[in-house]
Amino acid sequence: MTTETATSPPAAPAPPEGGHFWADTGLVFGRCLRATLRSKTSLYFGMLQPLLFLALFGPLLTHLDLGQEGSSWQTLVPGVLIQLALLGGSYVGMGQLVERTTGVVDRMRVTPVSPLALLLGRTLRDVVQLVAQSVLLVLLGLAFGLRAPWWGIVVGLAFVAVLSAALAALSHGLGMKVRTTPEFAAIANTTVLPLMLLSGLLLPMELAPGWLDGVSRAVPFRYTVDAVRYVFRGDFSTVEVAAGAAVTVGFAALCLAAAARLFRGRPQG
Amino acid sequence: MEAPTSLPDRPALDLRGLTLTYALGAGPVHAVRGLDLTVGRGEILGFLGPNGAGKTSTLRMLTTLLRPTGGTARVAGYDLLTEPTAVRSRIGYVAQAGGLDPGCGAREELVTQARLHHVPKPEARRRAAELADDLGLTELLDRPTAAFSGGQRRRLEIALGLVNRPEVLFLDEPTTGLDPGARAELWDLVRRIRRDHGTTVFLTTHYLDEADALADRIVIVDSGRTVAEGTPEALKRDHGPGQDASLQDAFLALTGRGPSREPVAV
Repeated sequence: MTTETATSPPAAPAPPEGGHFWADTGLVFGRCLRATLRSKTSLYFGMLQPLLFLALFGPLLTHLDLGQEGSSWQTLVPGVLIQLALLGGSYVGMGQLVERTTGVVDRMRVTPVSPLALLLGRTLRDVVQLVAQSVLLVLLGLAFGLRAPWWGIVVGLAFVAVLSAALAALSHGLGMKVRTTPEFAAIANTTVLPLMLLSGLLLPMELAPGWLDGVSRAVPFRYTVDAVRYVFRGDFSTVEVAAGAAVTVGFAALCLAAAARLFRGRPQG
Repeated sequence: MEAPTSLPDRPALDLRGLTLTYALGAGPVHAVRGLDLTVGRGEILGFLGPNGAGKTSTLRMLTTLLRPTGGTARVAGYDLLTEPTAVRSRIGYVAQAGGLDPGCGAREELVTQARLHHVPKPEARRRAAELADDLGLTELLDRPTAAFSGGQRRRLEIALGLVNRPEVLFLDEPTTGLDPGARAELWDLVRRIRRDHGTTVFLTTHYLDEADALADRIVIVDSGRTVAEGTPEALKRDHGPGQDASLQDAFLALTGRGPSREPVAV
């Protein structure tokens, strides 16, 4: 965009393209969403794992002391929601990699559409998909015995949306960078699993020994899940919620900036 | 859509010392070494060379997908480095990989691609129907592309490259993997595109007969350099061994090897 104004020949300068940004993002979003709705398998399979955690792991916790106020469902459901965002978000770049191999990405890059619109359109699709899956998870949680104020659930879903956007964007960025699917899977697997364990998604980190609790404080998702647990219990004005919001939004900003760089790049060689 | 500002008085392509060098393990790889080339409006240029000669790298630079490490080029009159968006609006690019999503319908992809070029929706629909009609795809418009034959896929890929009525069409090995019938059809199509719209066509190929049949002018590259340039007839005459020299003879004489047929991954 910025390069357009630089050194133009005396003849006609190129028309500015900035005004199309949101329309282009919407166009890319629409195309991706239609593709997702067509392939229903990915919609349901993405949900399967968190759903199993809720159904087969959740009942184990109902009589345990998790060191938290409220019911065990108020602790587990937020954890499973963040897990869904983490697992669902981190692997979307695999699709990006496939679209790169089939030439779809290049075909779209040789248009006046800004690379950022290509990234955001895809990322928005992922957010919509993950939030929709999260709503279903919460409904299932309610059926199991979760009780939470409706506004707490809404704020919790907002946290999920922001975190999903961050991870999905970063994953798409990675999909633009690495060359093969095994390479992508290796990177994603080795990052996601330790981060997941360290954020205290399934059991809260209050149960952890000091060193583990200390390490987990370096993981941003820890703050997100803690904040969502508070809002699910109806505690809105706590330090933890504020910290969770700040960390999640900051993390999202960093991820989007990194992903935008990876998308904008016209690599040399 | 902005009124496309065409610069017809400038050549379709003007390459000055276009260079691509990248680091790979042991040392620098000189993929493209100072390419100079001018292609006139409405010309069909055959860009020929063995694997690894720098054909795809050159094409990816000219389509704004790779940044050259040296030199400059103007494409459709606009500067590759400083006006990439203007270039993208005025070119069509059909990659070797093709760019089809097996799950998407042909009509949907054509309309989306046109709208990515900022063609308003009703006009995008009209163009999709028009191109489908022109390229014999009308019956297939609402089928997922996974069901297409090789020739049909290629025609749709080319249609996708034409939705913005490009001034320059880049085709990267357009007939690789096609059966003889589909190949002949594609040759006709390329000639027709040029005849009907005055489109400049820049095509890379391994196939000497293809360059011979289609191109007004051929550039032979090897190891990132131009080794010969001219009409097919002139190349045969100047570089072939004798009176009945074929383009193959000229090619072998110039590059010291036969063209291989594996796709190049660059």
